[in-house]
Amino acid sequence: MSILVDKNTRLLVQGITGRTGTFHTIQAVEYGTTVVAGVTPGRGGEAVEGIPVFDKVAEAIAATSANASVVYVPPAFAADAVLEAAEAGLELVICITEGIPVLDMARVMKTLKSDYPGTRLVGPNCPGVITPGECKIGIMPGYIHSPGTIGVVSRSGTLTYEAVHQLSEVGLGQTTCLGIGGDPIIGTTFVDALELFEGDDATRGVLMIGEIGGTAEEEAAEFISANMSKPVASFIAGRGAPPGKRMGHAGAIISGGKGTAPEKVAALEAAGVQVALTPDRLGETMAGMLA
Amino acid sequence: MKIHEYQAKEVLAAAGVPVPPGEAVDTVDAAVAAAEALGGSLWVVKAQIHAGGRGKGGGVKLASSLEEVREYSDAILGMQLVTPQTGPEGREVKKILVAAACDIASEFYAGIVLDRQLGLPVLMVSAEGGMDIEEVAASTPEKIFKVSFDPGTGLPADEAREVAGRLGLEGGLVEEMAGLLQKLARCFLDTDASLAEINPLVRTTDDSLLALDAKFSFDDNALFRHPELVEYRDPAEEDPLETRAAKFGLSYIKLDGEIGCMVNGAGLAMATLDIIKHFGGEAANFLDVGGGATTEKVTEAFKIILEDSDVKAILVNIFGGIMKCDVIAEGIIEAAQTIELRVPVVVRLEGTNVERGRELLAGSGLDLISAPGLPEAVESVVAQANGGADS
Repeated sequence: MSILVDKNTRLLVQGITGRTGTFHTIQAVEYGTTVVAGVTPGRGGEAVEGIPVFDKVAEAIAATSANASVVYVPPAFAADAVLEAAEAGLELVICITEGIPVLDMARVMKTLKSDYPGTRLVGPNCPGVITPGECKIGIMPGYIHSPGTIGVVSRSGTLTYEAVHQLSEVGLGQTTCLGIGGDPIIGTTFVDALELFEGDDATRGVLMIGEIGGTAEEEAAEFISANMSKPVASFIAGRGAPPGKRMGHAGAIISGGKGTAPEKVAALEAAGVQVALTPDRLGETMAGMLA
Repeated sequence: MKIHEYQAKEVLAAAGVPVPPGEAVDTVDAAVAAAEALGGSLWVVKAQIHAGGRGKGGGVKLASSLEEVREYSDAILGMQLVTPQTGPEGREVKKILVAAACDIASEFYAGIVLDRQLGLPVLMVSAEGGMDIEEVAASTPEKIFKVSFDPGTGLPADEAREVAGRLGLEGGLVEEMAGLLQKLARCFLDTDASLAEINPLVRTTDDSLLALDAKFSFDDNALFRHPELVEYRDPAEEDPLETRAAKFGLSYIKLDGEIGCMVNGAGLAMATLDIIKHFGGEAANFLDVGGGATTEKVTEAFKIILEDSDVKAILVNIFGGIMKCDVIAEGIIEAAQTIELRVPVVVRLEGTNVERGRELLAGSGLDLISAPGLPEAVESVVAQANGGADS
């Protein structure tokens, strides 16, 4: 078992003809992901690595029965790409693109909620989703993952790889690893991911990696104390970050004194979450909660 | 991207929000000429820097004669203005705004930010104008009225009227305020702002509404579609190293410590600052070289870190994913050969082909200290920065 993606996922790649899109499509296919179609407006009829390219998402679905999409479209066009996938009826859209204007995402989320409630967006500005051994969608290195019992959810990319690596060192594989993205407005939140992992029989524990900015971790803490039966371990990046500065991610900023690491750590600890003090203890903290 | 008050007022005026007449100048003579051209008998002279609290630091003065305009302009221009937001070293004032003063009957606050939880822009208004809105929000949140709006359609007239009606205004002023708030909302959306704030928004004694002070910042990710706003960029207000880093696709932020950092990924870079602090050190910077950590980026990152004279040791912390550790090690070696590394460099590599990567570093003949794990690397770099003879 797993969440969101598995061996039945039939992936469509929006922006497949771009350098990034092509590169990560090849990586996904090598990993074993079933990639059935690509979409680039104006490039319909071509093929990338033997994968047929279509002008429109709807055409691609009709021809290939794709059931999930990944978006590698440049920032200026990414919001429209997400909405096109939703309009075509896809239930899962994973947006990797970094640098999308935040008001574009506000419009996308408003439209998804009102017109396409059946579509789940993951991202943007995220590494993607992987169910080890079954399906890799996104830019994460597949080979560091191994199948197992831990769900991983994170706002960061390389810090997630670090977490996965440490889990492997303590002998813990993963059910699914999900990057939710470093932007201020994202499709799938910590709470959404926790709910999915709670409902997944194979997941025994969840490792949640947060960072400064916003209140997503505080909302997660509320959800955990009310609804989670499974142990949750965590790490919050940015204890040493100065206020008012964007720390690489558009969403990682302490503004108006809000969104600091100590607030988040306190909320999570009050909800029974064990929070690793330093980033080298992610694996052992999770393992300690399962023992 | 932040802009100056006088630029924010230009943005507001273009959106139809009334602002007091004024002119931004950079010499004392031009300030006096501006006051003369504005006419009247009362002017306000305001330092233009990208920081709030300017009045508290002596950067805002009311002048009741042209002589006073001259005197205050002379005092403010070139001063090192210290406010609660500038840090103790302050900021040099290179421009001042000379504006006509007005008779204030009452002061309001109006501001728009993005509510991350709702995923929508939110307008906040209060009759407690002129105050630090964060203090008002903390001490008397009931005095702030909020309304979120659809980023596709803007703030509807009825909702603008409803929120304007809570400010204690009478008669036609409610309608006027509602119209002003709608224009502010439209302006926020049209400029891809991340903050649009008028504080104070005043009612004058002759019953007109004016944006007396304004603060805007814009979404960097949306600047590609606003070339007119990019023109407002003031390089003097930005850290030159941060600007240079951005040109190379590096995310760099100058901090106060002595340990230079080079990390791939924003989350890991933040976590690296955290663990340095945990081991008793202080980072000199945040630097994300990007997931790939290519030779070109690593080279430029080393150069930028070394420009900071406070740096006494460097920690390179890279997790090799799709780009494997041996490839990254080659890049680090190549970069280290082309520039003079005047301080010790500790490298912590992890991920795929890590053994090969460490062998390459060890056999490079360069003075790179290869650490087996993150805690070991941090302990080593902290010791190096303190002048210790660790490993």
